[in-house]
Amino acid sequence: MPFREKRYFLFFTLPAYILIAIFVITPIIGTVIISFETKNGFGLDNYVKVITETSPEKALVYLRRMPRPPPWGAMIHNFIWIAIHLPLSILLGLVLAYLLRSVRGSSIVKSIMFLGMVVPMIVGGLLIRFMYDEFIGIFPRLFALLGFKGILAKDWLIYPQTALFALILGAVWLWTGFNLTVFAAALESVPTSTIEAAMIDGANSWQIFSRIVVPQLKPAIIIAVIMTVLWDLKIFDIVYVSTFGGPGGASNVLALVMYLYFARALDYGRSAAVSIILALLTLIPGIWFIREVRKSEKG
Amino acid sequence: MRRVSLTGLLTNAVVWALAVVWALPVVGLLMVSVRPFSEVVVHGWWTPYGHFTLNNYVEVLFDPAYAFLQGYLNSFIVTIPSTIIPILLAAMAAYGFSHFSFPIKNYLFLTLLLIMAVPQQMVVIPLYFMLRNAHLINTFLGLILIHSSWGLAWITFFMHNFFKMLPREIEEAAMVDGAGYFTIFFTIVLRLSMPALLSASVIQFTWVWSDFFFALMFLISPDKYVVTQKVAYIRGEYHIDWGLLSAGSVLTMLVPLLLYAFLQKYFIRGMVGWTVKG
Repeated sequence: MPFREKRYFLFFTLPAYILIAIFVITPIIGTVIISFETKNGFGLDNYVKVITETSPEKALVYLRRMPRPPPWGAMIHNFIWIAIHLPLSILLGLVLAYLLRSVRGSSIVKSIMFLGMVVPMIVGGLLIRFMYDEFIGIFPRLFALLGFKGILAKDWLIYPQTALFALILGAVWLWTGFNLTVFAAALESVPTSTIEAAMIDGANSWQIFSRIVVPQLKPAIIIAVIMTVLWDLKIFDIVYVSTFGGPGGASNVLALVMYLYFARALDYGRSAAVSIILALLTLIPGIWFIREVRKSEKG
Repeated sequence: MRRVSLTGLLTNAVVWALAVVWALPVVGLLMVSVRPFSEVVVHGWWTPYGHFTLNNYVEVLFDPAYAFLQGYLNSFIVTIPSTIIPILLAAMAAYGFSHFSFPIKNYLFLTLLLIMAVPQQMVVIPLYFMLRNAHLINTFLGLILIHSSWGLAWITFFMHNFFKMLPREIEEAAMVDGAGYFTIFFTIVLRLSMPALLSASVIQFTWVWSDFFFALMFLISPDKYVVTQKVAYIRGEYHIDWGLLSAGSVLTMLVPLLLYAFLQKYFIRGMVGWTVKG
């Protein structure tokens, strides 16, 4: 039974919307305006400049004289981040959620995997750095023990060939727990009888996984993909504290470029332009998210 | 019908091996933090013998060069109001959305969903100037207002999902007894929503505590730094003292870890609960 009083609606929602209007919507509009401001009126100068920027520390796209190791430009790095991190963390999360059904102490495993979501991202970045440290890190020691001599036996984060990929691997460690938890929760709503019936019919584990589990989990997979892409686009703390985009821009990302324009170059127009580019990219998964929410509300 | 089979054993072994690998970074950092760094560099942190000490923690907490204790205090000053304010206001807004109609209600709700995807980078430049004009830059109040506003969208969405499932009969019975909407909301609905409010609080608290970007932009002097800034500051430009850095890292993650340890159910519901229907 819906109550119909506009007064009440306003009373309950207005305090929240006043704060949102002042501290969220006004600055969003402000950023749009600042991004178009130029010395003589309004124009696309800031956008043109940030996109055509050629210094590897700030470039969004830097793909001349390929093939060569990174830097390839901050925006390209974000895309590579998605291209590697998204499939790895989704697949690993899915397979683990499925396997955990037949593992003893699965709730402990889940708690451990979820740790990456609990630690502040700034500490996450430090943990990643710790794992790759030349003297006390596990990875270089392990590869040295296996007889490697080159970069892999040293600090992975200080070489352009490895820095970006080492960070992405660390991001898999940080984020997979989220996907796993989403999938494990969704898997609980798949009736065991469906799976048991398939087993009696002689289906093997792979068939059950690919024909029953994955299709049933489709809504959860979509949400996990959206959240992962959003996270990959917004990545900042990890990079700031572990490599600061280095060496020579080889692990730079969009959010860090935005910060560099703001805090180091004091160029607010270009900083805002990078923000807008980043926000436009997040709008793609954002709109997809809204469509999914609406679908689930109707269905 | 559980059978012990080779594949079953193998699955257990593989998954548990993976879990051990997953726990390694945190365990390793803990080990480094309770040992003298000079020893760790030589023998590695994985050796079971050697000295154990809390010196790293003492130095990080009390040495004026790091002053983590101050950072801890600052983090609490920022985080507690930044949790309470948006939880209350968002619960009210969610109640408004779920119980009353309004001409542009759908668009207002759509705005919330859109805001949830907006990156922080999209608001900080104008906010920096707004706070400066209002003399709120480098103040806790300024940061609290921003964190509170930033949390409103997702908490409203989260609480809205919860209110949709609350049985209306209790409220209707109270209406028959002559209770007004305000009484119903503040005495009945809020009390019935405790689990959801707790979930949202745990996540908002963790989120604000863990935030680095807003703090980096709006808290400028080292005496105002929150823990995440403090720990990034220990890192230093060239030389890394992992003893101090690991102690600082452990202290920074300690509060969210404790919340997670004691309120795991609420934590997980808050973080992934709304992604799953129901």
